[in-house]
Amino acid sequence: MRHLMSPLDFSVEELDKLLDLAGDIERNPDKYAHVCEGKRLATLFYEPSTRTRLSFEAAMMNLGGKVLGFSTADSSSAAKGESVADTIRVTSCYADICAMRHPKEGAPLVASMSSTIPVINAGDGGHQHPTQTLTDLLTIRSLKGRLDNLTIGLCGDLKFGRTVHSLIEALVRYDNVKFVLISPEELRVPSYIREDVLERNHVAYQEEERLEDAIPDLDILYMTRVQKERFFNEEDYVRMKDFYILDKQKMELAKEDMYILHPLPRVNEISVEVDSDPRAAYFRQAQYGVYVRMALILTLLEVEV
Amino acid sequence: MLNVGALREGYVLDHIKAGKAMTIYHDLKLDKLDCTVAIIKNARSNKMGVKDIIKVECPIEDLDLDILGFIDHNITVNIIKDEQIVAKKQLKLPKQITNVIKCKNPRCITSIEQGLDHVFILADEEKEIYRCKYCEEKYRGKRNK
Repeated sequence: MRHLMSPLDFSVEELDKLLDLAGDIERNPDKYAHVCEGKRLATLFYEPSTRTRLSFEAAMMNLGGKVLGFSTADSSSAAKGESVADTIRVTSCYADICAMRHPKEGAPLVASMSSTIPVINAGDGGHQHPTQTLTDLLTIRSLKGRLDNLTIGLCGDLKFGRTVHSLIEALVRYDNVKFVLISPEELRVPSYIREDVLERNHVAYQEEERLEDAIPDLDILYMTRVQKERFFNEEDYVRMKDFYILDKQKMELAKEDMYILHPLPRVNEISVEVDSDPRAAYFRQAQYGVYVRMALILTLLEVEV
Repeated sequence: MLNVGALREGYVLDHIKAGKAMTIYHDLKLDKLDCTVAIIKNARSNKMGVKDIIKVECPIEDLDLDILGFIDHNITVNIIKDEQIVAKKQLKLPKQITNVIKCKNPRCITSIEQGLDHVFILADEEKEIYRCKYCEEKYRGKRNK
């Protein structure tokens, strides 16, 4: 039995297989509409997360399975002080697979240690969110046809953004991927990502402060939000906030086939006028999130179609 | 050098950094063992200038080499049988240590889950970095160096 705790749990070959399956699901949804009939997914969400939970539930329903669970810790036995280990032991009696989101880092791993059903980490605090990374990889591969030979721009809060860190860690395993890291000085990627991930794997990267300077070279632009409270002072925030807002004007500098991704929710870092640009892929990305979760459920349940 | 009686069976921990013997005494829980323990502080050493030494008269199986390797893998462990050194154990950084150090990350599941072992895994042998098994937080406390 396998669990999914980190995006790196899958080898490149296993990942290819998973993404192939997700691609087939996208093309032939009817073929998969009943393959999980009689199976149940438990969504144990100790903190609210609309998109991730709904995406998992949609994925299981699309496969013909059923869903049960809770969406806040208040409505679970955690409020009575039950341990994660005990909760999963009981859940194992009710469901065939489980997706767990928990504010404490490592909680899904603790669950997997006591579980008799596959556990999927649906986000554990600021630690890992592997299904977001799988979604990002499927989106990039579906739109560009490959995961190698790409120049990927990552823009915004690169210091605290776990989706960015996980995506970098996943993409360095492919050939000739170059990163352009666009952020204010205070919000650059942490040194362990630079030293232990990028430099150790001899991956080319450059750091930029202005999105306009970087955008013409990019094949993918991955946007994240820059929060005002992350800046050290108001002056810097006022000076730089527009650098990280993607609008029509900046899109004119981008390649015709550069796609924009965003983990969502978007606030104001992508202006709504960009939504109608065919290169805006962030809502399609949410759809890919369902396909990749369907593929993941099938893989972990070892359902052959 | 000060002479402490020879051991019949047990082990001698040599080349302990001066001043660290008592810490190691407690970390190895030697205070809990019902056997003879001699602690020698500030002994002269050609290699180190001064060093501490611990002599313990008890079976070698009772010694947790993993904890000792984590504390300081430069310590020499001499195994004694019939008053003779019969083996020297080379310490290595253990791949995993359980319930020796605690994760200090307040966001880690170990901060709330009862009965959960605190496990650290050797993430980088060269840089001697340990990370919490659950949250991957780097261990920032000082080892016995």
